[in-house]
Amino acid sequence: MSLKTALGATTALAICAAGTAAFADGHSPTITIATVNNGDMIRMQGYTDQFTEETGIAVEWVTLEENVLRQRVTTDITTNGGQFDIMTIGMYETPIWGANGWLVPLDNLSDEYNVDDILPAMANGLSHDGTLYAAPFYGESSMIMYRTDLMEEAGLEMPDAPTWEFIREAAAAMTDRENDINGICLRGKPGWGEGGAFITAMSNSFGARWFDMDWQAQFDTQPWRDTLTFFNDMMQESGPAGFATNGFNENLSLFQQGLCGMWIDATVAASFVTNPEDSEVADSVGFALAPDNGLGRRSNWLWAWALAIPAGTDQAEEALQFIEWATSTDYIELVAENEGWANVPPGARTSLYENPNYAEVPFAQMTLDSILSADPNNSTVEESPYVGVQFAAIPEFAGIATEVSQEFSAYYAGQQTLDEALENAQAITNEAMEAAGYQ
Amino acid sequence: MATQHSRSAARIMMAPAVFLLLVWMLVPLCMTLWFSFRDFRPLRGGDLGFAGIDNYIRFVSSSSFWPAVGTTLMIVGGVLLISIIFGVLLAILLDQPMWGQGIVRILVIAPFFVMPTVSALVWKNMFMDPVNGVFAHLWRFFGADPVVWLQDASVFSIVMIVSWQWLPFATLILLTAIQSLDSEQLEAAEMDGASPLARFGFITLPHLSRAITIVVLIQTIFLLAVFAEIFVTTGGAFGTRTLTYLIYQRVLESQNVGLGSAGGVYAIILANIVAIFLMRIVGKNLDK
Repeated sequence: MSLKTALGATTALAICAAGTAAFADGHSPTITIATVNNGDMIRMQGYTDQFTEETGIAVEWVTLEENVLRQRVTTDITTNGGQFDIMTIGMYETPIWGANGWLVPLDNLSDEYNVDDILPAMANGLSHDGTLYAAPFYGESSMIMYRTDLMEEAGLEMPDAPTWEFIREAAAAMTDRENDINGICLRGKPGWGEGGAFITAMSNSFGARWFDMDWQAQFDTQPWRDTLTFFNDMMQESGPAGFATNGFNENLSLFQQGLCGMWIDATVAASFVTNPEDSEVADSVGFALAPDNGLGRRSNWLWAWALAIPAGTDQAEEALQFIEWATSTDYIELVAENEGWANVPPGARTSLYENPNYAEVPFAQMTLDSILSADPNNSTVEESPYVGVQFAAIPEFAGIATEVSQEFSAYYAGQQTLDEALENAQAITNEAMEAAGYQ
Repeated sequence: MATQHSRSAARIMMAPAVFLLLVWMLVPLCMTLWFSFRDFRPLRGGDLGFAGIDNYIRFVSSSSFWPAVGTTLMIVGGVLLISIIFGVLLAILLDQPMWGQGIVRILVIAPFFVMPTVSALVWKNMFMDPVNGVFAHLWRFFGADPVVWLQDASVFSIVMIVSWQWLPFATLILLTAIQSLDSEQLEAAEMDGASPLARFGFITLPHLSRAITIVVLIQTIFLLAVFAEIFVTTGGAFGTRTLTYLIYQRVLESQNVGLGSAGGVYAIILANIVAIFLMRIVGKNLDK
């Protein structure tokens, strides 16, 4: 290409781009949405044209992997970057950002939207001081997904609400190393939202907590020792090789390939493991509540992926219109009509669970029961100063929990002893809490 | 010979470029220095005031600091060792006349042009996955238990992935150097009865010493900042947290910009110590 041609082409492109921008400015406002790359969100992107047709508002997506999304939106909101008009955030970020005045309060939603229909557990987790700051796109808890055929072969029957002891025995009974069947698959992967979330939820059922009422780390207590010992022993007996590097996606893949007897994870996974197109074991999956230890707390978490409007946007009105559209009952019906009830975004609205069509979905009731059994305000056996089931809703938690979960994963991998892991976790947490001015 | 007038003209013409370059480097450096003395935590409301040398003390006295320095040096050393040893061998091999030489050379150099995140994902999911990875199948084929690479041999795995990317660079530099070797010298040595090993040790290797020092210098500078491969594969777990990764954790995951900036200043000091040390060796070698 000659220099003249290249310059000509560049000029033409620049004119086209300018023209497009001018057209966009003059005719249709554009909102930019940061979102996570999971199945439900990707599905929503497919229906965006419908929203644009109805409202004339164009939508640009920035779709990112969960960890990257968290960093991008956190950096954007703290620096007032203004890159996004809507951010996909969770129950951890929403109350903290709402309290800081970084989000637009969702207190003027239209009557048709029916805000009272949002499940109270979700609405509470996405509010600060009674004001809703993010609308749940879908909500989830965690539950046991298990292979009914393998349970039958092992001569066992899964109770609706099993104990950890039963789970350990069932896992051992289903394990068949010669055929690569692992009795149980659980998250051991480092990361506060990966293995960190699972072990925190599990620790609640063992009577452990992250902090006492003076914000002192509690890893030097017996319940944490019991939690980690039980988890590691059970996974060494019946878990897959390299479980210390397995997170949600790795375990989903193992379960779908028929290599796990049980999997305790997000309730939204139920639609993936029962989908015959993706799962080899779709017709033999049962569901039960996450286990407990008879201490009054189960080991299930509570989470919502929700849409929020950063305070810095100058398109708050358009953003609100999109949020109403994407989290409405109409959207749920749109997906149900096109892709079946099993694929609608679950866990956000009460009316979904009152819908007779949805009641026929095999995991619907167990998802609701799991969500209702998690209480972010009373997640631990002993009193704790924080809100959150699988996290403590303080800004420092994400950083601390990532490092602590790395110490735990190193223990699972046999790179350090239990004592070392707990001592390091205690030191890391107290160091960070001291730096943050809690102690 | 340049006149006074032409020298002034050159200075004026170069000034914008020099100014831009200085700003480009100085602004981030000054901001890092500034933040390192502040208690700057965005999630707690931003700049919370002057922190003195607290961040420096806290960063260096944290239990994660020295292990991170150790891991950094281990990864840099490991990759350099592999790049140079296999780089020399590959360069000698590629210098031999062979059928399809051009295509082979392109294939060997190709990994250098693959993005670090992509190569890390490919290694993690296609090769090193303990269930579905190629290595796991290979191990099972021979009746062995698959290795959980990123857990049981985590630092080695990172070194492997990074070496795969940087080996082509070393090979390219060393191949260029080997091609400039006078073949008459080798023939003369052969006629004098020198064994292949002796010819390699007394002629080829000394000839390559300058190229090797250049490879060491350039690669070290880049390897001290290895990040993407660790982020994608282990997320800093299982003893793979380098100094760069620790800084990232402090700034982005813990949202403690002041503490992370102090770490950044330590990293600059470490990089400069290594660079000065290497420049001296390179200087010596290049003067020969």
